Amino acid sequence: MNPHTEHFVLPARLLHWTMALMIIAMLFIGAAMVSTVSTAHSTLVAWHRPIGSAILLLVLLRIVVRLRHPPPALPSDIPAWQRHAARLSHWLLYALMIAMPLIGWAMLAAGGYPVQIFSTLRLPPIAPHDLHLYTVLHRLHTYLAYLFLLTVLMHLAAAMFHGLIRKDGVFRSMAS
Amino acid sequence: MNDRLPLRQQLGRALREHGRAAALIAATVGAVALLFAFDAGWLDPRRLTPAKIANALEAHDGLHEGFRRAHAKGVCFVGHFDANGEGVRLSKARVFAAGRSSLIGRFSTGGGQPYSPDGRLVFHAMALSITAANGEQWRTGMDDTPVFPVATPQAFLDFQVATQPDANGKPDPAKVAAYLQAHPETRAFMQWLKDHPLPSSFANGTYYSINAFRFINAQGDSHFVRWSSLPETPFAAIDKDRLATLDHDFLFDDVRTRITHGPLRWHLLLTLAKDGDPTNNATKQWPDDRESVDVGTLSIERVASEEDSPCRDLNFDPLILPPGIAASGDPLLAARSAVYSTSFTRRASEGPQPSAQAPAIHDAAQNGNRSKP
Ligand code: HEM
Ligand code: HEM
Ligand code: HEM
Repeated sequence: MNPHTEHFVLPARLLHWTMALMIIAMLFIGAAMVSTVSTAHSTLVAWHRPIGSAILLLVLLRIVVRLRHPPPALPSDIPAWQRHAARLSHWLLYALMIAMPLIGWAMLAAGGYPVQIFSTLRLPPIAPHDLHLYTVLHRLHTYLAYLFLLTVLMHLAAAMFHGLIRKDGVFRSMAS
Repeated sequence: MNDRLPLRQQLGRALREHGRAAALIAATVGAVALLFAFDAGWLDPRRLTPAKIANALEAHDGLHEGFRRAHAKGVCFVGHFDANGEGVRLSKARVFAAGRSSLIGRFSTGGGQPYSPDGRLVFHAMALSITAANGEQWRTGMDDTPVFPVATPQAFLDFQVATQPDANGKPDPAKVAAYLQAHPETRAFMQWLKDHPLPSSFANGTYYSINAFRFINAQGDSHFVRWSSLPETPFAAIDKDRLATLDHDFLFDDVRTRITHGPLRWHLLLTLAKDGDPTNNATKQWPDDRESVDVGTLSIERVASEEDSPCRDLNFDPLILPPGIAASGDPLLAARSAVYSTSFTRRASEGPQPSAQAPAIHDAAQNGNRSKP
């Protein structure tokens, strides 16, 4: 075993954990808001848009941080398939962090809605008002949300596997 | 740990050596998944979802693909709103500052059947999407009654279910009676319909927000308001006994004819609640003496079939509000927002249908031809 000691830089760790909380919150907010006609619906809609837009801003910042400070290498004894799985899942997580807010934004525009993020911030439409496009984007937003959830769950299991079973320092590289 | 062992053996060994850790991982992932399932309502069959209400509307009036699940029959109009500035003391929304805003709207009759005859005792309605000079949007759907038959989303669903036609095309009188027995507010609404004349035209109807809203001015003061649009066209009533004899599309034909003689106008009135007036119950009127402020004039310049104007592809969600207007505690508002979105998403995915109104297109649509949206 070759516990590695390198860490993600502090900004990367802060971003990772803040965004992890926000994304899990967004998945729960989104699923709950489309499931109820109670007044919770309007409250959750009012949270969904600003948190989702903040995720878009933060992921851009996160990419800059990552380019400046490449992540620590995985321990050398990690099997190749796990390495690939890690790379693929991280790539997928980044793609979803970027795509989900953009699709949400474009979907509102395509539905002919004002893209009101909160009462004083309205974003310009980034898609034409077109109900076919709305339908495609709406479906994408829903399906990708469930893909996001599954990927996060696998990522969570993998992180705990590193932390509790392999004890190889990978968990610590993000956690502390 | 040796990565040269096959995966199965590695896992087996990990389980033997790390049984507790593996259990903890499985339990954590399982717990998050379970929480999510609860959150999404999958474990809660009694949750009142927008889909349940949309399904009830479809069961009640039949599924008419591409059309609104309620107020399916309609025409679009365009025009503008000229604010006189009086509304500024109640709301900071730009639309109330003296000046002009553009509007897109829709006249409709209640119910989910796009080809129904106009001679029925149903809502006549006006929906508006007003865009202020700075781009702020205000959408509203208004009916020609100051009150609504139900106060809660659950009652809305129960009413739909109780009055759903069965195999012989008529609702079961026993179910209707049981519903009405439990809902004096719906009986009161039906009495209101009986007691009041039905406008003979879209042009001479008064349309009400019914739900109360909170208006916030630049100083941050807030007031509860219901709004209404009062026609300049003189009132005339339909003889309710002759409804069945009226032309199939007389309301829509009438408004298309009238508009050729010049713009149709309404005054937009904001009515202020006094302390103690019900602001969360759409079945309760406020006393007649409440102060009303005339904040400007709505002018409709052109009536267009739904395909010539973007109203078909809009959702007149009553919670699309500019800063300066906010929801009240009325539980119907969130429910409307949720169900309109479901209705909108469904009809969008079915391929939006043309208006059931424009005569030429009417035939095409009935023959099952989909127009390209
Ligand atoms: C919504 C939730 C989450 C998202 C979107 C997310 C995303 C990511 C991404 C993209 C990386 C790769 C970092 C990079 O290479 O730039 C990463 C690494 C990591 N995450 Fe998460 N994460 C989430 C939740 C969690 C949770 C709940 C845990 C632990 C319980 C966790 C633990 C870790 C660890 C230990 C690493 C370091 C892995 C490595 O060295 O490559 N993450 N995360
Ligand atoms: C990381 C960001 C986001 C995540 C994880 C997320 C997640 C979700 C989820 C889980 C749903 C429910 C899907 C369903 O079951 O149909 C949803 C719905 C929705 N999201 Fe997002 N979302 C994100 C960003 C955004 C943004 C930025 C916007 C808009 C600016 C947005 C607008 C919407 C809308 C309008 C709906 C509801 C559509 C309807 O009424 O059917 N989302 N989202
Ligand atoms: C919980 C109660 C209500 C439910 C579930 C409901 C349901 C619906 C649905 C599904 C639509 C079609 C939306 C679309 O596809 O764009 C609709 C349209 C409409 N509703 Fe309601 N409604 C409710 C209460 C009200 C109230 C209180 C009013 C009057 C103030 C009202 C006025 C209208 C109008 C005017 C339209 C037509 C809008 C248009 O032309 O697009 N509704 N309603």
